[in-house]
Amino acid sequence: MAGTAVPGRLTWRVATLVDAVEETPTARTLVLEVPGWPGHLAGQHVDVRLTAEDGYRAQRSYSLAAPAKGDLVRITVQELADGEVSPYLVRGLSIGDPVELRGPVGGWFVWRPTDPSPVLLVAGGSGVVPLVAMVRARREAGVRTPFRLVYSVRSPGDRLYADELNRPEPGLDISYVYTRTTPEGWPAPPHRIGVPDVNSGGWPAEFEPACFVCGPTGFVEKVADILVALGHDPRRVRTERFGG
Amino acid sequence: MDGGTEFVDGNALAGTLAEVFAVDVTAALARCGSCGETGPLAGLRVYGRAPGLVARCPGCESVVLRVNRGPGAAWLDLRGATCLRVDLPD
Repeated sequence: MAGTAVPGRLTWRVATLVDAVEETPTARTLVLEVPGWPGHLAGQHVDVRLTAEDGYRAQRSYSLAAPAKGDLVRITVQELADGEVSPYLVRGLSIGDPVELRGPVGGWFVWRPTDPSPVLLVAGGSGVVPLVAMVRARREAGVRTPFRLVYSVRSPGDRLYADELNRPEPGLDISYVYTRTTPEGWPAPPHRIGVPDVNSGGWPAEFEPACFVCGPTGFVEKVADILVALGHDPRRVRTERFGG
Repeated sequence: MDGGTEFVDGNALAGTLAEVFAVDVTAALARCGSCGETGPLAGLRVYGRAPGLVARCPGCESVVLRVNRGPGAAWLDLRGATCLRVDLPD
């Protein structure tokens, strides 16, 4: 049975970089061709593995950034100054280069277009990636599920997918929280996300939205606490933390 | 999920556990053997990087699950979970 995929069992595949998009000076979207890709849900991620010439291996998880187009999948990688894997994926990997990948994985932090609940997305930094995957899945499915996105980011120049998110989209409201530098004339000074940001940018708890929170651990803990304090059912608050 | 020094969450278990189980178990409900808190594996606090992962209860910090992917085998230690509920189609 060599070469036959066993359903449900995850195996490493060799993906090839076929295109790349510079999102910010430190973040890049990789378009990878993965032969036989089975499709995925918004919010799922992949594991990426790099092997050095001496056999040393490093493995990281990255959220899928968009619905698949056939065998093409997208991940957006934020370069970390002390990272082992991200600097290579952002600056080292060239078009045509192979990289090992397995997935899709994760069945908890996912949004399905068939879920009619309003959706609240709260992103900290590059935590926006799986949440924009949900926005894109909504667009592609052509559903009218009301979405709100609260996006906390250091400065205007750090925003991922800025052009796409600047375009008005019916049923999608976006609010920004700037933690270090604001655009000129912005009504609020730089600050860390707080109750007023989540309250005014989100949905009332009575609407029973599905809440998805993704970002650094401290950010996610804080936002999840705020949502529960605002009356949201903890079971409707799904979180994904990526450390830091 | 690159470069974190603290814990991440149970979503990070998905890849390694998908090598072992036929269904995604990060959405399965686990009951902590220490404090009884019940929630999805995705909600556990996961420390350490691949290949060894230690997942702790978000309520009491007890170890619920450990999984280690070594050469040619995976070791799964579920001693901290009293039960696991997996949704399956009939």
